[in-house]
Amino acid sequence: MSETFAAEGPSAPFWTLPRLRRWFRKVLSHLGGLGLLAWDLVREGRRRWEGGEILRQMDALGVQSIAIANLTCLFTGMVLALQTAHSLGQFGGKLFVGRAVILSLARELGPVLTALMLAARCGAGITAELGTMAVTEQVDALRALGASPVRKLVLPRVVAMTVMLPVLTLIAIFHGMLGGLLMAVFEIKIGASFYLSTTLQSLGFNDLMHGLCKTPVFGLEIALIGCYNGLGASGGADGVGRATTIAVVIASIAILVTDFFLTKLFIALPFG
Amino acid sequence: MRDVVVELRGVSKAFGDKVVLDAVDLSVQRGEVLVILGGSGSGKSVSLRHMNGLTHPDSGDVFVDGAEISRLGEEELVPVRKKVGMLFQMGALFDSMSVFENVAFALWEHTKMTDGEVAARVTEVLGFVNLGPEVQPLLPSSLSGGMKKRVSLARTIALKPDVLLYDEPTTGLDPVTAMTINRLIVDLNSRLATTSVVVTHDIASALFVADRIAFLEKGRFVFAGTPGEARRSEVAALRAFLAAEESGPEEKSAP
Repeated sequence: MSETFAAEGPSAPFWTLPRLRRWFRKVLSHLGGLGLLAWDLVREGRRRWEGGEILRQMDALGVQSIAIANLTCLFTGMVLALQTAHSLGQFGGKLFVGRAVILSLARELGPVLTALMLAARCGAGITAELGTMAVTEQVDALRALGASPVRKLVLPRVVAMTVMLPVLTLIAIFHGMLGGLLMAVFEIKIGASFYLSTTLQSLGFNDLMHGLCKTPVFGLEIALIGCYNGLGASGGADGVGRATTIAVVIASIAILVTDFFLTKLFIALPFG
Repeated sequence: MRDVVVELRGVSKAFGDKVVLDAVDLSVQRGEVLVILGGSGSGKSVSLRHMNGLTHPDSGDVFVDGAEISRLGEEELVPVRKKVGMLFQMGALFDSMSVFENVAFALWEHTKMTDGEVAARVTEVLGFVNLGPEVQPLLPSSLSGGMKKRVSLARTIALKPDVLLYDEPTTGLDPVTAMTINRLIVDLNSRLATTSVVVTHDIASALFVADRIAFLEKGRFVFAGTPGEARRSEVAALRAFLAAEESGPEEKSAP
């Protein structure tokens, strides 16, 4: 990318028509590649699943990400509680701390922040691992031995991320609620039982589902984008590094964009 | 006359603007060791990768046992790849798996062998490449370059392929280990009754293992013949190549 930009001179504005065209072509090519990989995944998924490898990936991508997801939501919950109490304190907002924390976390922040953290941790890990396999010809070796890289490498990671992200999000939301509780008790001084009762009264099943139903989509995006960029890596360590950066950026953007559309969709639905 | 087991017919391949193979024709006869010789970037590995469908030609046909394979999908290529094994330049062992798991991989994937049968076959093929059972639990990261190549070779022959493709088998190895690999190529070719195609730019290796040599220059095969004919060839690039190896090992006698 930098070569093509350099060819037009450093003073050329970024948004010139040829650059836009090239950027648009790259986006389309990326989307097309992801679509083809998803199609291969569906075809392979109808045949044979690698149960052992799926469990291994559920542990590597899911179980081992629990701490980072919980820590993220714990501090987010603490910050939400402090901000709510500070901003709305003069209007009696302290009474709404529990409600504000749990609804923000359950409907939006829990799923999105957990997904973004996992895009960074697992998306990067997937791309780096598969990218290294690609540049050291291990992916070609798989093909040469008559095995499918999609079945062996992509399917277990996609299934693991899609299954584990909702579980991780649920646990992380709980930790976010605990973070809010800590602030409610030690900083805002509103009492644990009051905080917990307002939290439980405010949180409806629909609120939880509104957030959790997005997470399988986020998990699918993280794994699919990670695998696609990893398998397409070339050019040694530099290529793997570039692929990893691109995968994390694209996965993060994809999460934020799909979050908007899914939120809009769920709000339009009767249970939203 | 021996039959043709692999054939490239008018195969062209370009990556972007760079033409790597320019309408090449090549026949590999059953039972022979054919060495594809050429300089770096001359398209040797690309021509090899066409023979098991890892790379598809832009135009032209690739035949394996008389069947055209260049337009087959990944799934349809599985039977071809069970028949045509490939040894990669750096071994390409799966680094998250032990030596045993690497060698057993294709057996688990394509056969219904019991655990005991798989273990016996793994021990047998590791024996073919002069490796004992003590290496089986090791990870590839703890193996030397030569051992990696030998394990990779064992993995390749585990399914008893008819054709073995070797991509730069001696690159990066010391001369003694390289000669061990050369001897293995010749030995396995006769012991397992396979056909071998070896891509290399190592003249010593080429002259040692080859029944026939095909010389690739600028995307075209400009010479194909026995090592003796190669020495007498008038092709300037080949002569220059051979001249660089003035005191190589004795060439293998014709079969």
